[in-house]
Amino acid sequence: MKSMLRIFNSLFLWELLKGLKLTGRYLFKRKFTVQYPEEKAPMSPRFRGLHALRRYPNGEERCIACKLCEAVCPALAITIDSEEREDGTRRTTQYDIDLSKCIFCGLCEESCPVDSIVETRIYEYHAEERGDLLYTKEQLLAIGDKHEKQIAEDRAQQAPYR
Amino acid sequence: MVNIEINGIPIKAEDGAMVIEAADAAGVTIPRFCYHKKLSIAANCRMCLVEVEKVGKPLPACATPVTDGMKVFTRSPKAISAQKGVMEFLLINHPLDCPICDQGGECDLQEIAVGFGSGVSTYTEGKRVVPDKDLGPLISTDMTRCIHCTRCVRFGQEVAGIMELGATGRGEHMRIGTYVAKTVDSELSGNVIDLCPVGALTSKPFRFTARPWELTKFNSVSPHDCVGSNLHLDVLNNKVMRALPRENEAVNETWIADRDRYSYLGLDHEERLTSPMIKQDGQWHEVDWDTALTHAATKLRDIGQKDGGGQIGAVGSYTSTTEEHYLLQRVMRGMASDNVDHRLRQQDFRGQDSTALYPNLGQSIVDLENLDAALLIGSNIQKDQPLIGNRLRKAAIKGGKLMFVNPKDYSFRMPVANQLVAEPTNMIAALAGIAKALLDITGEKPPEGLTDLAPTVSDAQQAIAKQLHESGKASVLIGNQVAYHPAQTELCSLAALIARLSGACFGSLAEGGNSAGAWLAGAVPHRGAAGETITSAGMDWKAQLDAKLKAYVLMGVEPERDSLSGADSISSLQAADTVIAMTAYVTDCMRDYADVLLPIALFPETSGTYVNIEGRWQSFTGCVKPMGDARPAWKILRVMGNLLNIDGFDYMSSEEVRDELKAACEGKPVSNDFPWTRPDVSAGKGATMSDLEAFPIYAVDPMVRRSTALQQTADGVATAKAN
Repeated sequence: MKSMLRIFNSLFLWELLKGLKLTGRYLFKRKFTVQYPEEKAPMSPRFRGLHALRRYPNGEERCIACKLCEAVCPALAITIDSEEREDGTRRTTQYDIDLSKCIFCGLCEESCPVDSIVETRIYEYHAEERGDLLYTKEQLLAIGDKHEKQIAEDRAQQAPYR
Repeated sequence: MVNIEINGIPIKAEDGAMVIEAADAAGVTIPRFCYHKKLSIAANCRMCLVEVEKVGKPLPACATPVTDGMKVFTRSPKAISAQKGVMEFLLINHPLDCPICDQGGECDLQEIAVGFGSGVSTYTEGKRVVPDKDLGPLISTDMTRCIHCTRCVRFGQEVAGIMELGATGRGEHMRIGTYVAKTVDSELSGNVIDLCPVGALTSKPFRFTARPWELTKFNSVSPHDCVGSNLHLDVLNNKVMRALPRENEAVNETWIADRDRYSYLGLDHEERLTSPMIKQDGQWHEVDWDTALTHAATKLRDIGQKDGGGQIGAVGSYTSTTEEHYLLQRVMRGMASDNVDHRLRQQDFRGQDSTALYPNLGQSIVDLENLDAALLIGSNIQKDQPLIGNRLRKAAIKGGKLMFVNPKDYSFRMPVANQLVAEPTNMIAALAGIAKALLDITGEKPPEGLTDLAPTVSDAQQAIAKQLHESGKASVLIGNQVAYHPAQTELCSLAALIARLSGACFGSLAEGGNSAGAWLAGAVPHRGAAGETITSAGMDWKAQLDAKLKAYVLMGVEPERDSLSGADSISSLQAADTVIAMTAYVTDCMRDYADVLLPIALFPETSGTYVNIEGRWQSFTGCVKPMGDARPAWKILRVMGNLLNIDGFDYMSSEEVRDELKAACEGKPVSNDFPWTRPDVSAGKGATMSDLEAFPIYAVDPMVRRSTALQQTADGVATAKAN
């Protein structure tokens, strides 16, 4: 009886039909393929993309050169130099992130006592030469300035869980 | 000894020791802020509260003496809750600015808060804010962070001897500050930075430049005075960021002088020479090492062959390492010249044969603390050798009588029994008077020639003589100004006579950081390495200049500012055919007289050995690369030795050089006597105050002179004004 069933199954391609049934079901289901780059996938406010340095609303840069992010960075991607600025405050003279080293773990953001270094939702950046992946303080501040609204919204949304 | 128990572990403790000392000795950690082993007990931070059996309330471990059978619990629930409570109170007014605080990462408060505090505070009210004080160019303040441990106040009172900082107000209104808006000017002031358990007092030049966890610590030794203070040099990215004391009870305890702490600022001065240069037709050309060294060696060889080795003179600096001095004298003697010296500041070389193997204290530095009487001759001790001054101050506080014979009435920040002020020209007479008073006491016959000085005995001299004679442990020490004095021989032999008559120990406070090393290495014209006798002595530095030699080799010196003959030396150097300057810094003046400039490394950049005034050999390694193309001087001299075909120049490391010299010095007697020599009545007539005071605290060597922060201090500014 068992062998009869096997012969019947293989003769009438029963398993093929079973597979085609699944295919057919998906053929008429709602599609979830995203037509990147025209369309974009939804994103969590916790997304860890390209870094940015933020400023206070009065335009003063937040970073105080405490070097905690530099110390915590597991990939040693951050390089900071600091000095006393003319007004006596502690500021960076150099703040570089080597994105070719960065593993986007987000520890820098977590360690920052002043919410200065953040990871934004930006994941589309490229470089034509390796050196272009070394982001300097000016570049990071510019990213922060450009996306401050989004950054601030994301932080506000996440504030209860931090 | 008493038996106590800490956390159930039986421990033997010294009688009268405090619980915290017994716990430290046993390796049990008790948190503390105000307690410091070198300072008196204040017991005002209350952090060290511990539970003691049968005592109702927790007791401060730093102020509770041990008693037999005492049972102490440092981690019992009662102790922990007391410590947590205190920690919470301490943090009430402490700002949460650790991220911008230079102390962050090495802060006692931070560490203890993690270990002994609680995560949350019940305090919600506003924190107090205290305006910062201006304490001068060395110390920066953030007084809001102060937790009133009063370590800095006690340091001023008890160690520096000057009440520069004090506490005003009580409780919440307590403030640490200078009473009247004044800067902190003591030569040990930097130590309050190390003492401060929080970030209230931090180093101004270091401010905001690095974090403690980034720094690599290297052991080093300070060359700026004959104490040889042990240092930690903190390095980041091949740059010395700061200098800290390295604890060594026998040498510098836990302190260092400001000069040792801030001299590193001279390392990257704009006048640093970074590549070898030679002068051709009046024009300076940067060349590579091969060319420069070959050029220098050829010039020296030519002069040696044409005019004889005696036409070549060499001088090393007071801060050169022992190895450098040793190789310099080997190169010179290899060219048949004994004209090698390091004593740039001496005028009188008549007594050089009587000098001991090397200038030495005749006792250990620690012994100075227990002197019953000391006579210092020509010494502004607290400025010249701040840490020796500190040891003597301890002796004075214990009741030791400090006496001085000085050309000027210096103010000392310690009890001084007697300061005999004699004009520079009268110092011999002043000493002769003391010697005569001692002769009267002992009834000995005056040695030959003493009566020529026609000594008269004043009351002060009588008192000094009596005090020295009657004291159990006494010492006669000759200071820097004797070395600069044109009648050094007379002063030394009188001092030695006074020491012998009074049964005191005779010692010298050498004027340079590595004078002892230079003498041992043979960088003197009349003795070879390890004091080896030389049949016909070469020329000392002054004679070399007077003789207007054909060639000079300078190592680490700027004769125009380092030597007493100052301006006079320039003319001799200008007249010479060849001046080979191995130097870390180059000035216009040097460009004018030198023909070859060879950049050398400064002490943080080279390995070497300094011998301090008690004869302690202290070796250290380089901690940063020499700036630019500079090379350690011992390497340059080694290659010079090869180029000049001198045998035995195959050293691979500075340790080999040191071991060779050390083996030679092994077992050599260090007699500390200065035999009596018939005094020359006319000697010392030319002594002037300006000579004796030519090298104040922040002008002692090229590196210190270029430390910007030190030059901005009161002492530095005074020096700049005087010049």
